[in-house]
Amino acid sequence: MSVLVYTENWDGKFKKVSFELVSYANEIAKKLNTETVVVSIGDVAKDELKKLGGYGAVKIINVNDEKLKTLANQPYAKVISQVAEKEDAKVVIFAHNNTGKAVAPRVSVKLKAGLVTGVASLPSNYDPFTVSKKAFTGKAFANVKVNSDVKIITLFQNSFKLIETDNKVNIEDFNVEIADGDFKTKVEQVNKVTGKLLLTDAEIVVSGGRGMKSPENWGPLEELAELLGAATACSRPVSDEEWRSHDEHVGQTGKIIAPNLYFALGISGAIQHLGGVSSSKHIVAINTDKDAPIFEAADYGIVGDVQKILPELNAAIKEMKEAEN
Amino acid sequence: MKILVCISNVPDTTTKIRFKDDNTAFDTTGVQWIINPWDELALTRAIELKETSGEAIEKITVVSVGPKTAEPTIRKALAIGADDAIRIDAEPKDAYFVAAQLAVVAKDYDIVLNGIEACDYNGSAVGGMLSEFLEYPSVSAVSKLEIENGEIKVSREIDGGTEVLTTQLPFVAIVQKGIAKEPRIPSMRGIMMARKKPLNIVEAVEAEVLTEFESFELPPAKAACKMVDAENVKELVDLLHNEAKVI
Ligand SMILES: Cc1cc2nc3c(=O)[nH]c(=O)nc-3n(C[C@H](O)[C@H](O)[C@H](O)COP(=O)(O)OP(=O)(O)OC[C@H]3O[C@@H](n4cnc5c(N)ncnc54)[C@H](O)[C@@H]3O)c2cc1C
Ligand SMILES: Nc1ncnc2c1ncn2[C@@H]1O[C@H](COP(=O)(O)O)[C@@H](O)[C@H]1O
Repeated sequence: MSVLVYTENWDGKFKKVSFELVSYANEIAKKLNTETVVVSIGDVAKDELKKLGGYGAVKIINVNDEKLKTLANQPYAKVISQVAEKEDAKVVIFAHNNTGKAVAPRVSVKLKAGLVTGVASLPSNYDPFTVSKKAFTGKAFANVKVNSDVKIITLFQNSFKLIETDNKVNIEDFNVEIADGDFKTKVEQVNKVTGKLLLTDAEIVVSGGRGMKSPENWGPLEELAELLGAATACSRPVSDEEWRSHDEHVGQTGKIIAPNLYFALGISGAIQHLGGVSSSKHIVAINTDKDAPIFEAADYGIVGDVQKILPELNAAIKEMKEAEN
Repeated sequence: MKILVCISNVPDTTTKIRFKDDNTAFDTTGVQWIINPWDELALTRAIELKETSGEAIEKITVVSVGPKTAEPTIRKALAIGADDAIRIDAEPKDAYFVAAQLAVVAKDYDIVLNGIEACDYNGSAVGGMLSEFLEYPSVSAVSKLEIENGEIKVSREIDGGTEVLTTQLPFVAIVQKGIAKEPRIPSMRGIMMARKKPLNIVEAVEAEVLTEFESFELPPAKAACKMVDAENVKELVDLLHNEAKVI
């Protein structure tokens, strides 16, 4: 028996979310009196794989096959299901990101395992297995009971804290049975975002709305992001009007994020916008309209003109940073 | 080529969410129902492809698993421009059950479109499950779908960039932002024509339900927002640094 985690690597390195997943899995494994096993697909050095032991993994199933260099939903699901069967996994855990959403449902059908997506906390009960998920785009939580023998969870990034341990970890190479015929999609071109902090990875996000007035006004917002090591985001109308690039759009129909700190600058706080950001741990709103709905979602607010306040805010942060040093 | 668009009937995105029966069921009183926004964009893209690809696309069908009360939403999809519709007559109990139902219908189509998530229970599950039931390839987080000389070209988002793929047919595309610019709005003529288009009702097949909603909760009420005077921006920095400890 085991709890299995799929950890994704980026150019051979694991992101923080991988360690969160292993920490989370290990808490479940303890409750089920079993151990945490990881399946990694791709070319990852042994030293990097070993890092997963630091969060509770005891065994890493290392699948390094040239054919699996880029994500192919169908073969990936096949491989992960094979490993789950081999390791007698009772719970399989994925990140609630593009890859997890692409692969977990396929594994669910292969293993006939009930799937709960968009989870942000540990199961509330193990018999029957019950876990809470986000529903209605952040407006509610649903407690879901899973009736199948094997369970699958996709966990939101940044929702579970890292728990360090120092397990000895065994790395086991695994040769999978996949044929060329299993690959019915072909990646022709990869455009990786480089040198830029990814919105979905960022712990702090600085976001602008229509209240920023024009695309020329983004300088101070970018400066704030720079000062805080934050990523930049925007509301939907801002990306629709092409003031900012589409990959910055957050909300119900854009990216769903849950940073530690979210700045809503000149954003009214429409329900569809909040759907994408309301899981942020802290929200700061700056808006000229004291009745803007964003203040109901925010923890800290200033009623005022963002053009005037942003430079002052940047100056105050610089001052604070200098005082720290 | 035939395209199937799977549509989910969901509460309007501005709906105030309430529960009833001791928080075990979603209270539908006064709720406006709509086509799930992603599915509406998927349908829009299907229609654009049909219009621009010559004869390549013979037919666009929409399908929904749901009770009779889902029919106005299905009719709206016909008014937007689907050629015909299928309603699979069953309560959509969980994603596994729904995907198993859809698979029966979907096997007759070359391109099957799903949304990345339904805005009711945010499953992000049905499209992927359906592709596995069918044993078709799937591409998720699709932001572009094109047909060039009979070849399918899709762009998808990965966590840190985009990729362009080609795929064999049949296949399942799970679509997100970018797939179409704006959803199409039904014209008067479209609404008139929709009344005459076929809406076939299909019996559900036996299928398992693996998960159940036990109960619901609203998020805990948020503490009131702490207001900082616009003349005292420093105080905000101080609060973020010393109280929230986030910068
Ligand atoms: C199905 C559907 C899905 C949607 N999905 C999304 C989504 O994913 N993401 C999203 O963002 N929206 C989404 N929307 C749109 C959403 O309803 C709102 O229209 C949108 O979020 C508003 O963007 P905004 O806050 O930038 O602009 P506005 O609503 O125009 O707000 C601008 C704000 O700026 C303030 N302001 C003006 N001048 C200043 C100034 N000088 N200083 C400070 N503040 C100022 C104003 O008081 C106002 O509150 C969706 C809508 C629908 C119907
Ligand atoms: N009851 C349903 N009938 C038809 N299609 C559905 C149904 N439920 C979900 N889907 C499709 O699956 C997608 C993802 O839904 P979900 O997995 O519920 O988030 C939706 O955007 C639809 O395309």
